[in-house]
Amino acid sequence: MSKSAAAIDRAKAAGRKALIAYLPAGYPDKQASIDAAIAVARNGADIIEIGIPYSDPVMDGSVIQAATTQALANGFHVSDVFDIVAAITAETDAAVMVMTYWNPVMRVGVDEFSRRLAEAGGAGLITPDLIPDEAAEWFAASDKYGLDRVFLVAPSSTPERVAMTVEATRGFVYAVSIMGVTGARTSVSSAAEAVVAAAHNAGAERACVGLGVSRPEHVREIAAYADGVIVGTALVAALRDGGVPAVGALAKELSTGFDAPTAAGSTTEAAQ
Amino acid sequence: MELMADMPAASSQDPADMVDPATAFLQGGAPADPGVEHSLRHAPGPYFGSYGGRWMPESLIAALDELEETFEKAKVDPEFLAEIADLNKNYSGRPSLLTEAKRFSEHAGGARVFLKREDLNHTGSHKINNVLGQALLAKRMGKTRIIAETGAGQHGVASATAAALLGLECVVYMGAEDCRRQALNVARMQLLGATVVPVTNGSQTLKDAINDALRDWVANVENTHYLLGTAAGAHPFPAMVRFFHEVIGEEARGQIIDQIGRLPDAVCACIGGGSNAIGLFHGFLDDASVKIYGFEAGGDGVDTGRHAATITLGRPGVLHGARSYLMQDDDGQTIESHSISAGLDYPGVGPEHAYLNDIGRVSYEPITDAEAMDAFKLLCRTEGIIPAIESSHALAGALKVGRRLTEGESTPSDKVIIVNLSGRGDKDVETAADWFGMLDEDGNVNGTMLSTRSAKGAARNAGAEDADINAEDASNE
Repeated sequence: MSKSAAAIDRAKAAGRKALIAYLPAGYPDKQASIDAAIAVARNGADIIEIGIPYSDPVMDGSVIQAATTQALANGFHVSDVFDIVAAITAETDAAVMVMTYWNPVMRVGVDEFSRRLAEAGGAGLITPDLIPDEAAEWFAASDKYGLDRVFLVAPSSTPERVAMTVEATRGFVYAVSIMGVTGARTSVSSAAEAVVAAAHNAGAERACVGLGVSRPEHVREIAAYADGVIVGTALVAALRDGGVPAVGALAKELSTGFDAPTAAGSTTEAAQ
Repeated sequence: MELMADMPAASSQDPADMVDPATAFLQGGAPADPGVEHSLRHAPGPYFGSYGGRWMPESLIAALDELEETFEKAKVDPEFLAEIADLNKNYSGRPSLLTEAKRFSEHAGGARVFLKREDLNHTGSHKINNVLGQALLAKRMGKTRIIAETGAGQHGVASATAAALLGLECVVYMGAEDCRRQALNVARMQLLGATVVPVTNGSQTLKDAINDALRDWVANVENTHYLLGTAAGAHPFPAMVRFFHEVIGEEARGQIIDQIGRLPDAVCACIGGGSNAIGLFHGFLDDASVKIYGFEAGGDGVDTGRHAATITLGRPGVLHGARSYLMQDDDGQTIESHSISAGLDYPGVGPEHAYLNDIGRVSYEPITDAEAMDAFKLLCRTEGIIPAIESSHALAGALKVGRRLTEGESTPSDKVIIVNLSGRGDKDVETAADWFGMLDEDGNVNGTMLSTRSAKGAARNAGAEDADINAEDASNE
């Protein structure tokens, strides 16, 4: 039933982990954001996260902020995201999630937003500033329309909160690798492995790592213990600097992280 | 026990909670009691009706839990309360006065207007009440660093002050545009040992300063407390910031009863995020006979789109961690607010205000820039007090309330209004001089050759020279 879980499982069946690619809706413009997502999906991404540009993105670093600010300045509207999701879904097999701060969803109406997302073929939502404690309306709507709800767990999350969040999640758990905001970093924090282990121990079947991932060696490192690897800022920077061809090339390069020595022998058991 | 009398809250034995028989009669025979079933006082959060909560990244939830736990323990800890009471009395200068504004009152239909003089606190506004409390909590949590957002610089200056006093590192986020406009306050914070970070993201205003402070907090939460400056944000901030400001209303209630033997007919305060207002209102929430008014920044006028009248025109949404009224477009994007007063120039409002609006306990109305500046000038000329432009919104509102209350009354002086004079206007002299056309095109005061910066030239940085100049100025008086 969960589209994102199915995508992760397909990757696993192919002997690798899932590559999850974030791109902002409407950046640099609506059509280019669709083209970029399709290019990424054709170059190894199993799940596409389309981010809704928002005026107050407190979890984002400067690269994504600059991109989403430009998308808004170029006239992006929230309703565009449904067209974008539908266009990507029509062209690729990737599961398409929407990542969004919560106020734009509330403004549309949680039920209405969910209905339109499901109609567009979207898999579900990733919600960086919505915790399960406040998500009653989203639980109801995601059940009603069969959407995945991906919540975040962080290095600071207590075991009780990890358990509660895993329980609330459908699709995969988003393991935040570091105490900080989005942005490419030279190395991936060692905290990530502990966060994934905590999620697995709490019963999560799928936990994917995001924040700070930018290189094939990061992908390789994370693939050793997680079910998927989430890349955002590095792709946005590639799109900014080299357009659609560059972002496709980077996705291809990142997915080589799954081929190299460690990936070949990795199994679910080994990852845990 | 002497110190305990200045405690900001909870005891039902607080002298401010005792009312005279006439008042008790007006309230249906029962004196206000925070313990009563339907009391609006001491609302603990996280929810105020459907508002409040925690719309925050998971990464920060542990820190909010730690803060909540520390605060809940501290607010019933006699040692902590004594510490606050001591600082309030011997550092901030509390209790602040309640001053009758007799000549100003003539313009309020003849109603008697009393000013709660938060402008007389150390650092010049109510902000000190909250920063001292939170800085003490930061120390209790073992944090060595505080971060804060600031618009015009008042909360930043207050935070830098508390950090200096308690030996904490302090970093203040301030919109780059605000840094340029309020260079003097940037220097003040630096003199107090704080680092000021100009914020160039987004619209470069107060809301973006909050965004950057939150980003800092996520990354440094282990040793850092985010000292939020208003009664907004994620739980426990709204209830906690209110707690530290409750002293305003407690004092005002006791003082007015001392001075006139009864409760006022109305209390008035300005609303940005709403911290000074909730502090004053809290003292009177259970006094059914007291009308309560909050005055939002109407900017150029609420029909112009250039304003900060969040409750008047906003719609419920989530921003900076709480569900409340919010200035937003049809897509849920935050709309930039506008006000002559930097302290009210915020597109959100504290969740408890949203609730008090919806249940009808408090009336929220917009005051335009022009109305506020008229009231600013009036208070200067009638009382010899230069108010903050923020507080001038409350003064303008009180003039309207006074005229309404006294309409058709044979003895208008029977009507009594308390206005929270939340800050002094020293910081606003340049803005006011500009508004009233007192500056020439170079920014100098008309009719003088003097620059507002100072005319003495070269040796400004020599301390001895400054002392000489001050002496000379004094002798010229």
